[in-house]
Amino acid sequence: MYRLEAKKIFRNFGYRRVLKDISFSLKTGDSLAIRGKNGSGKTTLLRILAGLSAPTKGQVIFEHEGKTLNRSEAKQRLSYVGPELTLYDSLTAAENLKFFATMRGISLDKPLIDKILDMVGLDGRGRDFYRAYSSGMKQRLKYATALLNDPAYLLLDEPTANLDDDGKKIVSQIINRQRENGILIIATNEKEEYDFAEKQYRLNG
Amino acid sequence: MPKSSIGLMAKALAVWRKDIRCEFRTRYAVNAIMLFGVTTLVVVSFAVGQKNLLPEVYSALFWIIIFFSAMSGLAHIFVREEESKTATVLRLTSDTTPIYLGKLGYNVVLLALLQIVIAPLFLLLTDATLYDPALFIVIVILGSIGLAGATTLIAAIISRASVKGALFAVLSFPILLPLLIGVINATTKALSASGGGFSGSSSELQLLVSYAVVMITASLLLFEFVWEEE
Repeated sequence: MYRLEAKKIFRNFGYRRVLKDISFSLKTGDSLAIRGKNGSGKTTLLRILAGLSAPTKGQVIFEHEGKTLNRSEAKQRLSYVGPELTLYDSLTAAENLKFFATMRGISLDKPLIDKILDMVGLDGRGRDFYRAYSSGMKQRLKYATALLNDPAYLLLDEPTANLDDDGKKIVSQIINRQRENGILIIATNEKEEYDFAEKQYRLNG
Repeated sequence: MPKSSIGLMAKALAVWRKDIRCEFRTRYAVNAIMLFGVTTLVVVSFAVGQKNLLPEVYSALFWIIIFFSAMSGLAHIFVREEESKTATVLRLTSDTTPIYLGKLGYNVVLLALLQIVIAPLFLLLTDATLYDPALFIVIVILGSIGLAGATTLIAAIISRASVKGALFAVLSFPILLPLLIGVINATTKALSASGGGFSGSSSELQLLVSYAVVMITASLLLFEFVWEEE
């Protein structure tokens, strides 16, 4: 059983307070949609949960079977997909996957790379450079990269951005699987996206 | 996914291989560093090529060329990650130590390439005489490792600043000063008939080894605080 707890999180940018006293607790099988208008701090909160940004005050606690995970252990079990992420333009899709798998401590051979690409609808496109991909294909490859470590914590910022109908179906499958096996947090403004989650948290910015 | 025992060095090697592959396909840093090095060398050779100068002067000129050429390209390794916005996904997926080691290895290779091109050309285009080639090679290797060890961390520091180029040289110079003094003194001995070989340069070589060890150890300890965001 995994657990994630956000405890009294505040985040200021200069004089402007973006996040104020955010607290929630999630366990395996829970899913949360973070809602709010533009500039309300959805991405900032997701970045804090992912460890990419520090809160001004408060803390995020990751637990597994009652034991608190350190930053490195939490990182191994966490994946994040968002518009701000970019993979390597000068590498092919297969090279990107292999590189990030190695960094996650996972060994990937060619049949497995092909299988992962097939899962996100990029079969036969593994030798194409990332820079040659459309924005939707890039988003699919980001999902492939995020799923490499079978994440216990999956954070998605605008999960279906740039995706066509087939891409949205793939994301829907990923989300359904995550809701059964781990913790899912989505930041979005789209009604159809926050319906992916059982719980909702509204940010007022 | 099949988990395997991929260790720290294998991850560092993956970072190094990825950076070498990206560089091979774009040639941004190699072009910058080589162009600067060769241009400066040609200017130096026109100015002093026919004059018989002291070994101290040749030694200083050689390391000035290497220092400023390095300044034009070594920061690229982290600047590229920040500017292409790939740093975020690298932060998310990897611990800090393999990233530093991989990027240090890349900068060492870049400096080795620079030295392989510049050192023979320098000896060819100037009247400098190399009396102790073995000592010179050891000095160049130790100097490159020390230079890369210090500048890799500084590159990570400046990669998020707005005036990267100027800041890189300004921050690097005081930190590299002990190294530069050591390599210039040692190179002077390799270019002198009365240099005394390895035994005559032992204090300089000890300084170069100590500098490289201290810089790389300090960088490994500090890199996490520089690399992890906010």
